[in-house]
Amino acid sequence: MRRYFLIITPYFWLISLFVIPFLIVIRISLSDPEISIPPYTPILSLEEGWSGLLQFLRQLDLDNYIFLTQDALYWKAYLSSLRIAAFSTIIALFVGFPIAYGMAKVQRKWQTTLLILIILPFWTSFLIRVYSWIGILSTEGYLNQVLLGLGIINQPLTLLNTPFAVYVGITYTYLPFMVLPIYASLEKLDYSLLEAAEDLGCSQISAFWLITVPLCRAGILAGCFLVFIPTLGEIIIPSLLGGSNTLMIGKVLWEEFFNNRDWPVASAVAVILLIILIIPIVLFQRNEQKQQDLGTR
Amino acid sequence: MPADDIDPWDDPTAKPLIRFDRVTKRFGEFTAINNLSLNIFETEFFALLGPSGCGKTTLMRMLAGFESPTEGHIFLSGQDLAPIPPNKRMVNMMFQSYALFPHLTIYDNIAFGLRRQKTPKAELAERVDEMLNLTRLEKFAHRKPDQISGGQRQRVALARSLAKKPKLLLLDEPLGALDKKLRQETQFELMDIQEKTGTTFVIVTHDQEEAMTVASRVAVMDEGQLVQVSTPDVIYEMPNSVYVADFIGDVNLIEGKAKKVEDGIDLNWAENQPTLHCKTNKSVSNGQICHLAIRPEKITIQSDTPETKNKVQGTILDIAYLGNISTYHVQLSSGHVIKAQTSNTRRIARRSFTWEDTVWLSWTETAGIVLDK
Ligand SMILES: Nc1ncnc2c1ncn2[C@@H]1O[C@H](COP(=O)(O)OP(=O)(O)OP(=O)(O)O)[C@@H](O)[C@H]1O
Ligand SMILES: [Mg+2]
Repeated sequence: MRRYFLIITPYFWLISLFVIPFLIVIRISLSDPEISIPPYTPILSLEEGWSGLLQFLRQLDLDNYIFLTQDALYWKAYLSSLRIAAFSTIIALFVGFPIAYGMAKVQRKWQTTLLILIILPFWTSFLIRVYSWIGILSTEGYLNQVLLGLGIINQPLTLLNTPFAVYVGITYTYLPFMVLPIYASLEKLDYSLLEAAEDLGCSQISAFWLITVPLCRAGILAGCFLVFIPTLGEIIIPSLLGGSNTLMIGKVLWEEFFNNRDWPVASAVAVILLIILIIPIVLFQRNEQKQQDLGTR
Repeated sequence: MPADDIDPWDDPTAKPLIRFDRVTKRFGEFTAINNLSLNIFETEFFALLGPSGCGKTTLMRMLAGFESPTEGHIFLSGQDLAPIPPNKRMVNMMFQSYALFPHLTIYDNIAFGLRRQKTPKAELAERVDEMLNLTRLEKFAHRKPDQISGGQRQRVALARSLAKKPKLLLLDEPLGALDKKLRQETQFELMDIQEKTGTTFVIVTHDQEEAMTVASRVAVMDEGQLVQVSTPDVIYEMPNSVYVADFIGDVNLIEGKAKKVEDGIDLNWAENQPTLHCKTNKSVSNGQICHLAIRPEKITIQSDTPETKNKVQGTILDIAYLGNISTYHVQLSSGHVIKAQTSNTRRIARRSFTWEDTVWLSWTETAGIVLDK
């Protein structure tokens, strides 16, 4: 009985907080917009019994999805989001890994301090931190002033409202999510393994690739997922730092939902976004399972 | 050319494979290795013995290249090791903690070193199979290290360090987790490998029996220094200090004042006890405090008065029955307890002595050894 309870609890949360809302979103994505409350049709009414249900099902269709393929805006937004998320993840990995590595290598008494420093920005509201980047990157911002003052440039650079600003904002915001899991896995790493690898003829660099990286693979992957997934749907950073010429699917979704009040299309956009995210995760899981099976063969 | 019957360590012209030249290693304030000099020769099986924390692993790690001496130099085949990184040394080490790669299978763990030196595929497979065979791990080749037992892991570590046929193999407590039978078999296997390949072995062990079995020479360490380096029989029969005598095997240590006599010394060691005579050519001054060390198995125990010069009488305090031998703890009237060992040739029921019996202990003039430090 206890065992079942333990198993049921996470499934209960999963179903009530993820599966049911997702089914509702799918159902809305199959309806048509309507100026009413709620702003879509058909509405299922159980008063008419079976025929009402059939009537309801007959009115659902894939029109919204077809519409998404017809307007180039959408797939361009998806592609651009994927590109920005992928690049941001790579940048965060390259910046975050050395930070995590340094943290794990430093004397133990400093590690907690560094850990707190990494988490410290979360004390400040996310919005305020993004706004402060406007102050840094704008034409009269601190960065331009410093560069001008140093004589490196003699014309202020246009940094704000460019993809560059978006990358800076995303990397800055999501860096802790990359650093923390990698740090956790590096911290557990047994350094005598690196010595053993060197003893067996590895240079320090190949020992890093052959031992360190595979052993903190889980941390690296966790970090990448934690950056990639929220970045893909990110809306605030591109709106504030990217200006009008940065196309991201999160922004499109926002506009469909709030400006056009087209819930069905917005839902279709969200469903596709979710599918884009789920496919790589499922593939990854399969691969992991295969590796496990090989091990116990 | 050294003659065949001279061991290299007795031959002043022999070139050592490893030479420690006044090596000191400090960790901060703490001195782990203290001004240590040592020669180890090609094809030796060299055992390091010593209490926990005396610096055995540190010595090994300096040879492997993970620590560098604070002072002094280490030479391998006459070449100073200091500038050579671990991966360029012809040295492999079996780690005390095994350090197996958890993400690789047993097979890949063993093949790791061979792959780094780009061994051809067929040769690699053959070598790994040979190692798996040797350590009886064939069945586990495709498992990961966390899917096998502690003893099996130890064997993987051993196989991995052997695979590359290094010039020098460092084994840090290689057999501690094996059961006695497997341990003995592996010991003979190691000696066999050593004979076949001519690899030089340096082995750390806590098991003196193991050191005695496998080693050509044994070094006894204490607090970062070598106390004695010698062949196993010399270490056992002629320890150079109380420390070594006490560390290796069981021993009776009798402290007393020495008096020089023509062929040795007389030891005056307790009131109401006869002086003990011991043949020795050690120069001991009259009245010097020294120890007489006698192994329990060299002491005869009997109920009637023995003929020999060295004899004491006491009562049996305790009997330790070990199956093949028994150790009798005999308390003398002076309060000293002396251990004597006999082999149990008779069945236990027909044993001649029991608790509280009054017995005589005796030993010859050459059985003991006089130690002045
Ligand atoms: N990196 C280090 N920093 C500080 N002290 C160290 C370090 N490595 C070893 N020591 C100290 O040096 C001494 C010798 O250590 P070592 O590991 O060589 O002992 P050992 O003889 O191998 O002991 P054991 O038989 O328990 O394995 C110990 O007192 C240990 O605490
Ligand atoms: Mg040790």
